[in-house]
Amino acid sequence: MISQYLFYFLSFVSVMSALMVVFSKNPVYSVLFLILTFFSIAGHYFLLNAQFLGMVHIIVYAGAIMVLFLYVIMMLNLNKEDEPGTTTMSKIAATISGGILMLVLVAATRSVHGMESPVADSSQIGSIENLGKVLFAENGFLLPFEISSILFLASMVGAVFLSKKEIR
Amino acid sequence: MELIPGISTEHYIFLSVVLFCIGAFGVMYRKNAIIVFMCIELMLNAVNLLLVAFSRQWNGADAQVFVFFVMAVAAAEVAVGLAILMMIYRNTGTTDINVLNKLKG
Repeated sequence: MISQYLFYFLSFVSVMSALMVVFSKNPVYSVLFLILTFFSIAGHYFLLNAQFLGMVHIIVYAGAIMVLFLYVIMMLNLNKEDEPGTTTMSKIAATISGGILMLVLVAATRSVHGMESPVADSSQIGSIENLGKVLFAENGFLLPFEISSILFLASMVGAVFLSKKEIR
Repeated sequence: MELIPGISTEHYIFLSVVLFCIGAFGVMYRKNAIIVFMCIELMLNAVNLLLVAFSRQWNGADAQVFVFFVMAVAAAEVAVGLAILMMIYRNTGTTDINVLNKLKG
């Protein structure tokens, strides 16, 4: 029973803070609400028995990505409130199209069946041992793992190259 | 650790849909490029949450491995995207995406 209340509380926090990310005038407040959203999603991961994923989520998102966002906002001195070029027409159009998107997705996922309860006990699925076995199994994810290291190298080179003063 | 019963996967599908739509709405609603980036992160997280919920539903760990790769791609995307954003700010003095219409015919 307590997990039900916890689920509704975490859902409320994540949806509300996600809305505040969009509607905050100051980008610094948006980042702080986004951190709150990430923590509540990490709580959802713990509720779903994905303990290791929850910890990695907190470390990667709240620890690395959000610090990067905050650094860029404070370095560019973006924490001003005005936002020119936003017309009422574009806001109305964004609201209508977002609402229609949600309508379509809810209508499409409402009719799925067989999602009432999990098929089996899955308390050990999210453990580090099991995930490592799946990741490095014989027919597992070894090649995508190596390719993602190449992706990181490329993005590191790209970020350094883009941040140079002059590109010749 | 004991399995926590009670919450059906339908609830998680609905929550993920709501979070994804908030992210997509924010991309269309805001004109500040850095907040557009944050809304993209929000959409990625909604998809991650859905993957983990299905991982519990079907008792398989493959979806959680996919979440790792989504996180890796998100980290690389943020690093390159913020570098591009700093270049835009250095060249135009603003991060408004309305100034980025030079390719418009």
